[in-house]
Amino acid sequence: MSRVSGKLWRVWRRNFDSFRKYLHVNVLGNLGEPFLYLVAMGYGLGSFLGDVDGVSYVRFLAPGIVVSSAMFAAAYECTYMSFLKMVHLKTYDAIIVTPVGIEDVVAGDIAWGATKSLMSGTAMFAVAAALGLVESWWALLVPLLALLVGFHFASLSMLVTSVSPNFDSFSYFFELFVTPLFFFSGIFFPLDPFPAWIRIASRLSPITHAVDLSRALMLGRPAPTPLASVAVLAVTAAVLFRWSIARMRRRLIR
Amino acid sequence: MEAGSGIAVSARGLVKTYGALTAVAGVDFEIREGECFGFLGPNGAGKTTTMKMIYCCLPRTGGDLAVMGLDPDRSPAGIKARIGVVPQETNLDTDFTVLENLRIHARYFGVRRREAAARAAELLAFVRLSEKAGAEVDALSSGMKRRLLIARGLMNEPRLLILDEPTVGLDPQARHLVWDRLRRLERGGVTRIVTTHYMEEAAEICDRVAVMDGGRILVTGRPRDLIRQQIGEEVIEMVPSEEERSAIAADIAAFPARVEQAGEKLSISCDDCRPLMALLSEKGYRRITRRPATLEDVFLKLTGRDLVE
Repeated sequence: MSRVSGKLWRVWRRNFDSFRKYLHVNVLGNLGEPFLYLVAMGYGLGSFLGDVDGVSYVRFLAPGIVVSSAMFAAAYECTYMSFLKMVHLKTYDAIIVTPVGIEDVVAGDIAWGATKSLMSGTAMFAVAAALGLVESWWALLVPLLALLVGFHFASLSMLVTSVSPNFDSFSYFFELFVTPLFFFSGIFFPLDPFPAWIRIASRLSPITHAVDLSRALMLGRPAPTPLASVAVLAVTAAVLFRWSIARMRRRLIR
Repeated sequence: MEAGSGIAVSARGLVKTYGALTAVAGVDFEIREGECFGFLGPNGAGKTTTMKMIYCCLPRTGGDLAVMGLDPDRSPAGIKARIGVVPQETNLDTDFTVLENLRIHARYFGVRRREAAARAAELLAFVRLSEKAGAEVDALSSGMKRRLLIARGLMNEPRLLILDEPTVGLDPQARHLVWDRLRRLERGGVTRIVTTHYMEEAAEICDRVAVMDGGRILVTGRPRDLIRQQIGEEVIEMVPSEEERSAIAADIAAFPARVEQAGEKLSISCDDCRPLMALLSEKGYRRITRRPATLEDVFLKLTGRDLVE
């Protein structure tokens, strides 16, 4: 059942207009934390460490932080913000009485979540570049990667939102899923010292693949499995996108 | 049914069930173009469910439904492009100002920017909110929010406007303003469908009403006709004492009148209550009043006088 149409951009525009209007509040919230991680961990902790995976710690860390900022931007947008619009503000109800259907509303919010990832990831990438942590022209593909990560994670978050009874349930998602991903996707350290099952589990996570790609692009070296990594991200994103829209439709139109 | 047939909405055997629960149990109605049609009924009667099926936000379980000649199951976007909806819940977009709300809503319909700006200015004047154009939505009173919802529902120049409880929670001034604006839409030929449980409101603005209860339509007709058919012209109300209560039946037996009891109160309906009224005061009954019959009498007679939770 494919009823997503170009009208999704009208929903995207509504979100963009809101973002632009409250830009001053948005920017700090989105970029403050990843920036702190990069500086505090990269330079602070990094000064006690030798090379990690053949480069200084801050250079190892920066590509992962770019991915994580993209991940968190979409996750936040398509859980808390979408839930707020769906349940509390009734924005979804107001839109679906117009020719914009529920599929377009959900797809528009996912597209917006992915856009937030693009903005966050690109901003962090620009910071890393300004700090001299980028070593290759391939790195210009990083925004595209951030967008793909955003598409994947926005869809996943929307799926979580479609089954969430209230705001509190999102803390399970963040505590039990997002935070472990944050620590075990190779953002902060290589997973070599860990037991095999953790390394295998981590390889199954699309975020691990995104971090591999980001690191390869920014440090100018080959990724372990470039094509497979892109495929994993894109395919899971497409499946989650469809699935979340179907679930959301079931929730809202009975 | 085709467009231009003079029928805006028609339903035949329309059903909506949720598992074992039946919300709408097979209703038939025809709403004519240009009229104001009211759905009346207690909470849970199936009014809002019926409305949602009309504005394509709830798929029907069974029966036929045509809105402007289109089937909601097959052409939801086509129907939604031509109708306006004023919901019961205030779902204005709180991120934006009054004017921005109208513009963004117009964009969902694909109305061009300049056209939307012109319509927004016109509609803000229509609902007397022009001076609030730049205000944030949260700063509006509930009456203003309601008027803004009406303006928003008109942004796509609909041929059919659907209003779910349009004046609930409003003070009398705000309510009269809403009624007045709804009457003015008649001149433009806009069909209006209203749900309400204020009978005064239904009598005031509706050309025809359908009284619903338990998912069914009990009667349909013009308010005046329904009052005459179901009740009569007038009603005598009284709260009898114990001894009065035992005597009253015999005293009114000779008159062509119907008696209904609701708790302590008796309502006696008749086409001309003057002779009975004269007799009752002569016999020394106290606390009796005579008044014209209203739609509320019809409603209470048909849907039961017991409190519906």
